[in-house]
Amino acid sequence: MAQAAISVPGALPAEGPPAAITRPDFQIVPRAGLPIVGVVLALTIAGIASDKLWPLIFLHVVAGAAWTVIDLFLGFVLGPIMGQLSIPARTELTTRLMPKMVLIMPTVVTVTLAAGWQLSTHLGTNLTGYPLHGWVVASFIVVGVMAVIALGLLEPANIAVLTELKKPQPNPAVIERLMKRFIYTAGATGVLQIATLVIMTKLSAG
Amino acid sequence: MSAHGQTDEVRLPPVTALGMLSLALVLVGGIYLSAHLPEHVPLGPAIALLAASAAVLLGNVLALSRVKGFAWGSLFEVAKWALLAYAIIAAMIEYVFLRSTTSGGPLVVLTLSLIVFALNVPLLIGFTVARYAQPDT
Repeated sequence: MAQAAISVPGALPAEGPPAAITRPDFQIVPRAGLPIVGVVLALTIAGIASDKLWPLIFLHVVAGAAWTVIDLFLGFVLGPIMGQLSIPARTELTTRLMPKMVLIMPTVVTVTLAAGWQLSTHLGTNLTGYPLHGWVVASFIVVGVMAVIALGLLEPANIAVLTELKKPQPNPAVIERLMKRFIYTAGATGVLQIATLVIMTKLSAG
Repeated sequence: MSAHGQTDEVRLPPVTALGMLSLALVLVGGIYLSAHLPEHVPLGPAIALLAASAAVLLGNVLALSRVKGFAWGSLFEVAKWALLAYAIIAAMIEYVFLRSTTSGGPLVVLTLSLIVFALNVPLLIGFTVARYAQPDT
């Protein structure tokens, strides 16, 4: 894989020119993943069109579990680790992890919400007459708060840090700032995902 | 260039904060409608929230458009692809609304809400990238 060198002040020796850190070449949006996303979205449309219980449960549970687990893992496991890594190590991890997140997160969120709404229509759980309707509305609120945080802060920071890393001379201070934003917002959505787990298990248990 | 990028020289409007406010308003309206289905739901609050969200979005765009020396090329380059992605996402959500019991006024409001949503996100992503880019010459 092609590599590029960037100067990072954090890696400066005591004297002399800035140390060069190798940065793997990468695509901000990995094109190889786009057909997979297309297939997943096509399967979701087919599942919704069929309005059959099993495909809807499968799509909603699998995508929802992926969304929850990734958010929790990023927020509570990987995020704090990334915060403690050296800038070169963080750069290496970022260029390998974050392009994948650009495709994975919007896809799992869309599949979860689309299949989930159709599933609730099928089961009647999104109707006001459903005994646990309050819990369903609570899930809407949690998803809404997560959406504002993720779409307003997390996703833009993700794209911006990758764009910065693609520049011939990336600015480490910009990367540092955006990565902090990414890690904090990932932690916030991780906390909200705990609420999602509580609500979904309650709805499942009845 | 510092961590603030071009913002060292150019004072930028609070695009991210306003974008998040606009998103929050439109989502509250969507949740309000979704929480009342399939019963008759007064559309007034949802329309007011949608109008407020659209006004904030418009104000955000206008405020940003008055900034001189901004990296517009970077903003449009990123925003156009983000718009494509979020248009697809909004279309999928619209599709499930069309297949569900949603119809009439609530469907119109939800559809317009999705349009505001799909315009807001590319603006937020494009702005965040462009604020750290070299301004257009």
